[in-house]
Amino acid sequence: MGLFIAQLLTGLANAATLFLVASGLSLIFGVTRIVNFAHGSFYMLGAFVGYSLMQVLPGAVGFWASVLLTGLIVGLIGVIVEMLVLRPVYRAPELFQLVATFGVILVIQDLTLMIWGAEDVLGPRAPGLKGIVRIMDEPVPTYDLALIALTPFVLFALWYLISRTRLGVLVRAATQDREMVAALGVNQAWLFTGVFFLGAGMAGLGGAIQLPKGGADLLMDFNILAAIFVVVVIGGMGSLPGAYIAAVLISVLNVFGVSYLPQSTLVLMFVVMAVVLTIRPYGLLGREEVVGEHGQVGEPERPIKPASGRARMMVGVLLVLLLALPMTGSHFLVILITDIIIFCLFAASLHFLLGLGGLVSFGHAAFFGGGAYVAGLLVIHAEAPMELAFLLAPLGAGLLAVIIGWLCLRLTGVYFAMLTLAMAQLLWSLVFQWDEFTGGDDGLVDVWPAGWLSEANSYFYFTAIVGVGGIILLRHIAHSPFGYALRASRDSQRQAEATGINTKRIQWMAFTLAGAMAGVAGALFVFSKGSVFPNEMEIAKSFDGLIVVFLGGVKTLSGGVVGAATLELVKDYLTRFEYWRLALGLLIIAVVVLAPYGIVGSFRKLFDRYRQPSEPETVAAESRQ
Amino acid sequence: MTGNEDTAVLSVIDLSKSFGGIHALNDVSFEVARGELLALIGPNGAGKTTCFNMLMGQLKPTRGNVYLHGEKITGRQPRRIWRKGVGRTFQITGTYQSMTVIENIQMALISHHRRLYSLRPYATHLYRDQAMRLLELVGMPEQAERACAILAYGDLKRLELAIALCHEPTLLLMDEPTAGMAPRERIGLMQLTADIVSERNVSVLFTEHDMDVVFTHAHRIMVLNRGELIANGSVEEIRNDPLVQEVYLGGGSVFAASDGHA
Repeated sequence: MGLFIAQLLTGLANAATLFLVASGLSLIFGVTRIVNFAHGSFYMLGAFVGYSLMQVLPGAVGFWASVLLTGLIVGLIGVIVEMLVLRPVYRAPELFQLVATFGVILVIQDLTLMIWGAEDVLGPRAPGLKGIVRIMDEPVPTYDLALIALTPFVLFALWYLISRTRLGVLVRAATQDREMVAALGVNQAWLFTGVFFLGAGMAGLGGAIQLPKGGADLLMDFNILAAIFVVVVIGGMGSLPGAYIAAVLISVLNVFGVSYLPQSTLVLMFVVMAVVLTIRPYGLLGREEVVGEHGQVGEPERPIKPASGRARMMVGVLLVLLLALPMTGSHFLVILITDIIIFCLFAASLHFLLGLGGLVSFGHAAFFGGGAYVAGLLVIHAEAPMELAFLLAPLGAGLLAVIIGWLCLRLTGVYFAMLTLAMAQLLWSLVFQWDEFTGGDDGLVDVWPAGWLSEANSYFYFTAIVGVGGIILLRHIAHSPFGYALRASRDSQRQAEATGINTKRIQWMAFTLAGAMAGVAGALFVFSKGSVFPNEMEIAKSFDGLIVVFLGGVKTLSGGVVGAATLELVKDYLTRFEYWRLALGLLIIAVVVLAPYGIVGSFRKLFDRYRQPSEPETVAAESRQ
Repeated sequence: MTGNEDTAVLSVIDLSKSFGGIHALNDVSFEVARGELLALIGPNGAGKTTCFNMLMGQLKPTRGNVYLHGEKITGRQPRRIWRKGVGRTFQITGTYQSMTVIENIQMALISHHRRLYSLRPYATHLYRDQAMRLLELVGMPEQAERACAILAYGDLKRLELAIALCHEPTLLLMDEPTAGMAPRERIGLMQLTADIVSERNVSVLFTEHDMDVVFTHAHRIMVLNRGELIANGSVEEIRNDPLVQEVYLGGGSVFAASDGHA
């Protein structure tokens, strides 16, 4: 009994941090509609900044002053990020801001590395609260009790701010209808900045107060991201009490998980989430997301067309060049292009889902990694020949997509996105923790292709045929009745349903198809490297996919492929430098700010400017008069 | 029910819908006869769109039933009701923004021909002639290749009508078909609808706020107020119904003045 209570208290104490960080994320999303992926980075900054301050400021007063100062400083960093990076892209197409926040993650990672170094930092203990209290003979750190006591006050203060002050009224109004609030004379820009300050500041606070229990390291940003997404989704987007309940639920569960089911701690969190969302799709205290007709953002979309003769010829020439590549004799180049083709197929499959289906999946790496692991496991455990493993990989990934798609497609919009991320993390944690079957952190090694493909050149040809074939297949399907039905379901689900289209089934099939194609890419990957590790299905991999799709251009058919090829080439060059993340992050932010329609979209606009003005532009000009 | 169930295209019996404590629609019963152009009028918030949403399956009724050609369709999904021959246009248009005008119609034709799951390109070449004929019918063939996202509102309404005709419906539900249109356009669209009714033997149930349009084209009028059907009769009867005048217009100078259109 004593142990039980002690664990309960530990869980409650851990919930303090999780709640602070998650409610910040929820707040920012509610008002700005930006899913701030850099939120984990603010949390990490909070830990490091807090650590440095605590070195300087002495005593108990110094400790708590450091915590508050940290919140302030990280809040201000949030303001800088909002003003420099996000303000220029608020008007960009939906969700494009995501990419900008990816850039911020990379930049903050490297800046932190520069300032604080690569060593993990152990947090100082809180002065005056270093001791332990015995509760029913079990030791409980005093600091834990302090955190437990503190959290309700924070919750109350936030609740007061949101529901009793003028700022709170504005924030709630903006959550429901931004345009109306702007029309009523509220300066939206500053409201957004203010909310960013608050949200980032809370993440910073969260980072600082967990110092005595943990510390600071460079992996904190991604590590907490999945957890806070889960908390926000379980609690219900935008609900503070919901976030608190969910944070407690997850933290307590985690503590008990560690003692009773140590092999499944990570999995547990996602299982709970899946259960909650099956019963209450919009979280414990969340309300159904009102899919507002937000009107058109940016200029009208142009209908897609089959490629023109000239475009086909250009692609043909490129393909011939591609096939001639091994003749250059450059082993390095052959490997590089093999990698690029694989990544392009992965990106094309995500683009199919995101661009045509409007289904923003944050967890597409699950199927890439899924395909790779299915192939790898078949070879290692069943000693399957490479050919068979290669054929079964997309089937396995497709099967995963059938299940995950069924679960996730019950939701829409950002809930769908978060749920896909959580499902991907669930798979990742399965792979990561199931040592004896998947090799855990050590991955699967010695997964080599069959003899006839063992040469780098022959494997290159194999990849080129399968990869390019897959991309062309996806493109064909985009032009098929099924592809049109998928776009119809995205454009107007109501109209599609009222004309006999089973939109959910169409989306489910598209999800499965995209998953299977990502599985093909994964299978190509595992045999080209001879190994696969859990990081092929982690969040960062899913983000890579999203980055290239957005950078390439969501609303252009070739966006995914062009973006993927560009990013892989740039990465290959940049990773030779020590602070390549910084450079890449800045580059991504620059592209987002300068070319908000993506690479392909921006080129096309440039191209149009030299021809007669296209129809959308004329209309836009007319309506301005 | 007066025993004409064999001929009625649509029979609605005691249809009711409550949202929480609010009774949006209360025991509404009516029939739509073959080839009839039936108007459903009433002030804002009377329950017209709620009624439409239940007929088409977007909403499930709290009580009551809907029969199409004698077959119960209550609570069926919109796509199933569409398959049974009911086309609908919306008060707020819902078209496919990323497609051209003609592709919007082709999409509905692809569904009509049950080719939705085909993976063979190119959808944009399928049923083009048939789509073009529908575009000509609604009078916008020259706009076929324009992006749907840049159409004027009145054209979107006409496009929706063409989409609704793709499955050769026996019943058309049109929710405020002329809202947001210029006067000349309204007359054109309603004339077109009337032609479709007589040529294709389609029944039409429509809601409308413009009394000129209603009195000129409707064969019969039903009046809805606060969720209750308060009148149901010929144009003449409705025009002279004092209750309708009072409820609908609080006096009704328009009713008296619009004689010339009947």
